[in-house]
Amino acid sequence: MKVLVAVKRVVDYNVKVRVKADNSGVDLANVKMSMNPFCEIAVEEAVRLKEKGLASEVIAVSVGPTAAQEQLRTALALGADRAILVECGEDLSSLAIAKALKAVVDKEQPQLVILGKQAIDSDNNQTGQMLAALTGYAQGTFASKVELAGDTANVTREIDGGLQTVALKLPAIVTTDLRLNEPRYATLPNIMKAKKKPLEVLTPADLGVSTASTYSTVKVEAPAARNAGVKVASVAELVDKLKNEAKVI
Amino acid sequence: MAILVIAEHENGALAGATLNTVAAAQKIGGDIHVLVAGQSVDSVAEAAAKVAGVAKVLKADNAAYAHLLPENVAPLVVELASGYSHVLAPATTNGKNYLPRVAALLDVDQISEIIAVEAPDTFKRPIYAGNAIATVKSNAAVKVISVRTTGFDPVAAEGGSATVEAVAAAHDAGLSSFVGEELAKSDRPELAGAKIVVSGGRGMQNGDNFKHLYALADKLGAAVGASRAAVDAGFVPNDMQVGQTGKIVAPQLYIAVGISGAIQHLAGMRDSKVIVAINKDEEAPIFQVADYGLVADLFEAVPELEKLV
Repeated sequence: MKVLVAVKRVVDYNVKVRVKADNSGVDLANVKMSMNPFCEIAVEEAVRLKEKGLASEVIAVSVGPTAAQEQLRTALALGADRAILVECGEDLSSLAIAKALKAVVDKEQPQLVILGKQAIDSDNNQTGQMLAALTGYAQGTFASKVELAGDTANVTREIDGGLQTVALKLPAIVTTDLRLNEPRYATLPNIMKAKKKPLEVLTPADLGVSTASTYSTVKVEAPAARNAGVKVASVAELVDKLKNEAKVI
Repeated sequence: MAILVIAEHENGALAGATLNTVAAAQKIGGDIHVLVAGQSVDSVAEAAAKVAGVAKVLKADNAAYAHLLPENVAPLVVELASGYSHVLAPATTNGKNYLPRVAALLDVDQISEIIAVEAPDTFKRPIYAGNAIATVKSNAAVKVISVRTTGFDPVAAEGGSATVEAVAAAHDAGLSSFVGEELAKSDRPELAGAKIVVSGGRGMQNGDNFKHLYALADKLGAAVGASRAAVDAGFVPNDMQVGQTGKIVAPQLYIAVGISGAIQHLAGMRDSKVIVAINKDEEAPIFQVADYGLVADLFEAVPELEKLV
């Protein structure tokens, strides 16, 4: 079976972003960009399915700018067989991205689509669920374990109180949580090999999908700064401050 | 137009997150209806009817809605949504699971995890792990919104007298089924709603050392959390994780023990009223957000703190 895995190009998770002076967004000029950490986990899971002989082909897809080819090459170096870039402006909404992915699903007919649960830039946590809605497939979000058995995927999910397991009819959509796996690093020979793997570039127009959205960003501001606190010298002083100054215990 | 709030509930009880979500709906303004979907939810519907400010409760009681499976709940919400200007759900793992499915079926964008209402169509929400706050305006016919519960003080659980109306619609997509659940058992308060949270990081060194935090937490009536580093290291289970991708908390008092203060962690606790940091590294970034910082060996400081509180 084919597995489709979605990846997003985002600001590297170690970068502390700054808001632009004109409040139009965050400053991404000369900032290190990487594959979204949850997407790395998605790629790893797909590649492991192939290594176990459960997946026949792993296709990495990204919906984003030309530069997202870098992240697709990374996915190829990690073990994906081929890649598709749906090239478009950087600020598509999750719904528009889900529509583009739906068109790719229609074309490729994968049995399983794996996505990260959320991107660390927009923090939306929507795309996988929206893709599931548009395809009419079952969804296993925030997965910490995925087991395939015949035409079913048993997905263990990280929920507020612990873990929940659901059985999904395939084809299905899975979104990854942190503990699903530990992604590998790409080796140099694999990075070299990845350069020769096929990478197809499409546009939303090629796929016949709309990129319109029903919201707009009015402004982006820095969060309210916390006032610098004080250092206390001893546990006794800390307890005194908490009781008599902050009055929280 | 009215606002539809989707109730969070567990074990036959209305969850606190519902009260914060109703509070967000009140800020938007309009009649507030609460949808209680699930199986055997009479007691939840009765509790929802008593919540201050709720005008009507819609009860969808059907085996298909047990465990709020999104494949079945989303079509139910979509069927009801056309009569509403806004559909709100708490940004719990349930809400995060079914709500984007609702939005996509309605062909509208979802506004995730709002922390403030500026106008009925304009909301504030954190992006980049809370390092920026975006103000977004929705022109969707039905505005589908998840609510970060820490952003809104809960409404009173009593004082309302809404009517309860049964919804007959049964949507069973037949795509998914519930297999089982492993819920962490704890006598301590839940992380998301606790007044005091004690959290441990990589500095705890191992899972066994969390006993010091449990002892302190029991003395304070606090919940116990952890940083992603402590979860990744296998010290404690993931449901204890506080941070960008774990739980978002905003207690009266947050005590960070052996936590360096990575961006991802700060995203989950920076709105706490008072933050205490105990760390032996005086350069740790956690001290930049702490109201009270104690540079000390946690294995000495925490037992001493437990004795003194």
